[in-house]
Amino acid sequence: MSPTQSSAADVVLEADHVTKHFEISGGLGRDTTIHAVEDATLQLRRGQIVALVGESGSGKTTLARLLAQFYPLTSGQIRLDGEPVRTKHEFADREYYSRVQLIFQDPFGALNPQKSVRHALERALKLHHTFNGREELEQRMLELMERVNLTPAADLIDAYPHQLSGGQRQRLVIARALAVDPEVLLADEPISMLDVSIRLDILNLLRRLRDEEDLAMLYITHDIASARYLANTVQVMYAGQTVEGGPVESVIQDPQHPYTKLLIDASPDPESALSAEGSGDLGEPPNLADPPAGCRFHLRCPFAMDICKTEFPKRSELGNGHWTHCWLHAERPQPTTES
Amino acid sequence: MLEVSGLTVDYLTANGPVRSCNGVDLTVHEREIVGIAGESGSGKSTLITALTRLQRPPAVTTAGSILYHSPGHEPVELTTMTDGELRRLRWNEIAIVMQSAMDCMNPVMRLGDQFADTLRAHRPGIRRQAVKERTAELLQLVGVPADRARSYPHQLSGGMRQRSLIALALACDPRVVVMDEPTTAVDVVMQRQILTQLLSLQDRLGFAVVFVTHDLSLLVQLADRIAIMYAGRIVEEAVSDQIYRNPFHPYTRGLRDAFPSLHAPMGELSGISGNPPDLRNPPSGCPFHPRCPQRLEQCDSVLPELLPIDGRRVACHLHTTPQEEISR
Repeated sequence: MSPTQSSAADVVLEADHVTKHFEISGGLGRDTTIHAVEDATLQLRRGQIVALVGESGSGKTTLARLLAQFYPLTSGQIRLDGEPVRTKHEFADREYYSRVQLIFQDPFGALNPQKSVRHALERALKLHHTFNGREELEQRMLELMERVNLTPAADLIDAYPHQLSGGQRQRLVIARALAVDPEVLLADEPISMLDVSIRLDILNLLRRLRDEEDLAMLYITHDIASARYLANTVQVMYAGQTVEGGPVESVIQDPQHPYTKLLIDASPDPESALSAEGSGDLGEPPNLADPPAGCRFHLRCPFAMDICKTEFPKRSELGNGHWTHCWLHAERPQPTTES
Repeated sequence: MLEVSGLTVDYLTANGPVRSCNGVDLTVHEREIVGIAGESGSGKSTLITALTRLQRPPAVTTAGSILYHSPGHEPVELTTMTDGELRRLRWNEIAIVMQSAMDCMNPVMRLGDQFADTLRAHRPGIRRQAVKERTAELLQLVGVPADRARSYPHQLSGGMRQRSLIALALACDPRVVVMDEPTTAVDVVMQRQILTQLLSLQDRLGFAVVFVTHDLSLLVQLADRIAIMYAGRIVEEAVSDQIYRNPFHPYTRGLRDAFPSLHAPMGELSGISGNPPDLRNPPSGCPFHPRCPQRLEQCDSVLPELLPIDGRRVACHLHTTPQEEISR
């Protein structure tokens, strides 16, 4: 299960140095630019799950939507099977969506409340496949429902979204995404709106899809523990910049970037009691309309040096596929005085 | 300090009452942090809105009592209090922090004015200068710069809003602070910051906390004692460490195991199978029996009582049925 051994040939979908700036018109000529994603590189491999973690506003969702061709890129390239993809008309690129599917956070908003399970699945199947008659289509729908444990399939196929529980709804959303036989699944916080006891079922389902169907998957979350449970590799984003990545155990048990350390230390862990000490101000992420220069974490970083304020460090390889963007690990262009 | 017994809350619907809180007994002692954990629909939020007498129709408290003890006074009964009496009690004795700070604040009022409103309502005759000083003091207490009092809620970040709301709850030195998922809307880093701050404030000011959340791993870190709710009832209540290390109720164990660990070695986890119960049509006997991996014969017919066992309280036949009968 070591992701470092896989070759470039396994890569299905990749983002190569992609940047996304949103132009926001504020009226009265006060336009602002939101620097949402800065120079992000990410590779999704067959049979592997990459977890993308970070606080809200760190650019995780924007990166996933760039991979799903929702917005044009500001710069960089998205490649599917090594071929650069160019955004065509919005949502009109059927071939692309038959290979790359997105699952949203909210299973309540992702389904049309007036249409039954049958309608949701039939539409996706018919748009991407052809069938010999009604029976084959019906058979495929029931198979899909079985695949995601939406059972008893025969009873639930005529149900409406409001008759399903939250977990069943998310299963339906996953079934609909699988209807087109995708190679890549982009899951944007797929469990954060579900009940605690249901979450693990969905995580186990995603694990099974990876292992049995060789899907490449992006799992976006702010819950480090679930990323550890599900993913092979993890990538950490802060304020639009990717700061660290690598095999999941290596990054979580031995984080090298100060932000990753902060994030892991702050995660709930029943093994350690909270104390009132260290109740100091941990700061907040910067405003992306006017991001700080250099490493955007330098305002909160306990190890910030002068160079951190001006220049974003290049990627340093730490071995075994583990890497980070941090001046603590990078070679500096000229010697600086350390405190 | 707070003594809840037999509290039952029904939601009156067109198809008859739905019981979302069912004979709940709970005590809160001075300077204690009591956690209440459960999934959505388990009745945890219903419990605390009833506890603070904030519930609105169709929710109606149909049975039970809530006694509030304060030093030098006779215990008072909250369920039968008039609105006027409640008003005197709220904020001065019992304060509430809700989940979404944005919904709790008036969006068109400056932060300072909202503090002033509260202070004037509960401290009649307070001087303007005193209001200003108290507001600054409260904001500094939670680490929000005092000049933020001039800001409107939308100008603050989510974390700052939530912290301001905690400051507002502390405005009149309450003895109990009731919190309903106060950190679900903020990031983990901010969550940690708010919780450590809460602990240090509690240390200094000595209030008791009732903390409601679905995140059991967080509660284990924070609370002294935890009550686990399922289908409107408390199914287990124990010291945090016991809940985490040695849960008695199969639901508690399932809930604990539903959270992947950050550092411990890990295999495939199984969690809890099945779906939460439909309270309109609750299962017979123990409400957890359709999902329970250790079901006994009587579980689908006899409701287990919440009984004290080994220094905790648990409602499960596994622990009240003699061992020889279980193995039979």
